[in-house]
Amino acid sequence: MNLLEIKNLKMDFGAGADALRAVDDVSLTIGAGETVCLVGESGCGKSVTALSIAQLVPAPPANYVGGEILLNGRDVLKMSNSELRGIRGGVVSYVFQEPGASLNPVFRIGNQIKESLKLHKPEKATNDEVIRLLKLVGIPAPESRIKNYPFEMSGGMQQRVMIAMALASEPKLLVADEPTTALDVTIQAQILELLHDLKQRLGMAILLITHNLGIVGDMADRVAVMYAGQIVELSPAKELLCRPFHPYTKALINSVPKLAGGASRLSAIPGNVPRIGNFPPGCRFAPRCPIAKPECSEKMPELVEVEAGRWVRCPFWKTP
Amino acid sequence: MIETAPIQNPNAEQPLSPWQLFRRRLKRRRIAMAGGVILIGLYLVALFAGFIAPCNFERLDTNYSFHPPLWPKLSGFHLVVPRYEAGAGSFVYHAVAGDTKPLRFFIRGDKYKLFGFLPATVHLFGTGNDQYPVYLLGTDQFGRDVLSRLLYGSQISLSIGIIGILLSFSFGMMIGGISGYFGGRTDTVIMRLCELIMSIPALYLIISLRATFPPGMSSAQVYAMIIIILSFIGWAGMARVIRGMTLSLREQQFVLAARALGQTHLKVIVRHILPNTFSYVIVAATLSVPYYILGEVVLSFLGVGIQEPNASWGNMLTAAQNTEYLRNYPWLLAPGAAIFVTVLAFNFLGDGLRDAADTKS
Repeated sequence: MNLLEIKNLKMDFGAGADALRAVDDVSLTIGAGETVCLVGESGCGKSVTALSIAQLVPAPPANYVGGEILLNGRDVLKMSNSELRGIRGGVVSYVFQEPGASLNPVFRIGNQIKESLKLHKPEKATNDEVIRLLKLVGIPAPESRIKNYPFEMSGGMQQRVMIAMALASEPKLLVADEPTTALDVTIQAQILELLHDLKQRLGMAILLITHNLGIVGDMADRVAVMYAGQIVELSPAKELLCRPFHPYTKALINSVPKLAGGASRLSAIPGNVPRIGNFPPGCRFAPRCPIAKPECSEKMPELVEVEAGRWVRCPFWKTP
Repeated sequence: MIETAPIQNPNAEQPLSPWQLFRRRLKRRRIAMAGGVILIGLYLVALFAGFIAPCNFERLDTNYSFHPPLWPKLSGFHLVVPRYEAGAGSFVYHAVAGDTKPLRFFIRGDKYKLFGFLPATVHLFGTGNDQYPVYLLGTDQFGRDVLSRLLYGSQISLSIGIIGILLSFSFGMMIGGISGYFGGRTDTVIMRLCELIMSIPALYLIISLRATFPPGMSSAQVYAMIIIILSFIGWAGMARVIRGMTLSLREQQFVLAARALGQTHLKVIVRHILPNTFSYVIVAATLSVPYYILGEVVLSFLGVGIQEPNASWGNMLTAAQNTEYLRNYPWLLAPGAAIFVTVLAFNFLGDGLRDAADTKS
């Protein structure tokens, strides 16, 4: 049994005639100990999908119209509030984009980590355990650091504290929502290495959300590429990077600057992501697609398994 | 000689905590510090009122109605208190020449209870003889010592402010936090209720609320009633401001992070959102205490507050309503001066706290 199984998840913002489909028919599985990357431009539904795993999108306005999210075989969408509170932090933990904003500015970090322990492991809510967690995430001199306020730490340290909080309850799945976007490059590498290392040691699964394809190759076992609320390509990471199938994935990979290859212009995807609620008919990528054909704008392509483990939402994926 | 490198204090590089910065900024504001010191003094005096007061607040001395303030004189190395006799005409007193008693300290006198429970008889000063009373601030129409009543009254008047603030602010913060956090219909209902309360003129609301309580109440009941009435009016303004702050705080990522840890809505409000409003709340509380003190004064002045013979600054001022009394016996205004000093001290301290809490300065 997979740890997490999202099946045909459909989520609207709002209801009735004003409903805007933010997540459309997303299916995704994560096995125990697996790292899955969710890649896509801003506003394509990555974060909302990830937050849905623990029902953290406030409802209303969120409105789940279809599908299910099975966590250890149980549907999160049907859970009671108290069950959800057990899941949050207990089975699924989150690390967010801006570590500075994720920590409460008026409390010492030791107390914030302790709060996490109190919720899920009340018998272990001690200073010793907090220090052990800070050591685990590689914070030097944790004994003196527990008295620090968040603003006394650098961004990288703050993110380590956030990770320590997330790990306090030994979750099965760590959802990292662009954990390194707000950090500078060297710190990014350190944090990613830390996540990788912790994954090996603790055997948890990671759902890593990013718009940085550079991260994908280092971290991910599998990658899901999202566009306008849909998964357009789902594939093992190495194969996706070497041999992308969907034109959107190809365009994304092409827009990563390369050091080798001379001073060619950086290629960008023309146009913008369609606004939610204003999706084009048929394939949503068609208006920006270099290989679009007239029929692309007529019928929505299905997500099809074209090779073992490789799913693509484009009938013309073979077109070079 | 070996030169040693200067050893740096390891703490010197530690950035100051917000609290330390706040205290440092506050210390630079002299007027605020003066206000704070005055308030500490006033509250200490109120705490030890029974000990400092020369006699009980209920003690009548009908021979000495409207006695003017009397100050001990220096005779040799002693402070002495002369004996006074009622002269011709009403409420005119003369010192009897040569008939004095030395003023003594830590002297036994009326029974009282220190801090409300420790029985004691020792007073700070006195003559130990009822024939030689020490009326430092004169007496009222029943010959009761104004100073003693002022001290006992301060226990009521000063504590009403603090308890009232605690009650109305904790209620207002909770309601405001809930209103802002949940939003939607909850928010609309709560905010309209606040506006309803705020739109009624406070004085009418106070008096009509007073009418809902039965007339014959013990002084402890009246005390509680005043606090409840004033808090009932006071929470609405606080709730509105906290609601506004919560609206912006709830969008902060640490709220989502707390939710993602499995924290309940109520704990997110209490533990994560409200503490972020404290710097505002502390300032607002300090600036609002005078409102409660003055509220008690108004209620007692109107005769619906603390009842005689119990003393409060408000009901003592009731005696000073009469213009003839005011002209002839101005010392009856002493509680007015006490209110003035207290309110001013709270305002100075509050202003200083606000400036110190403002990190942009």
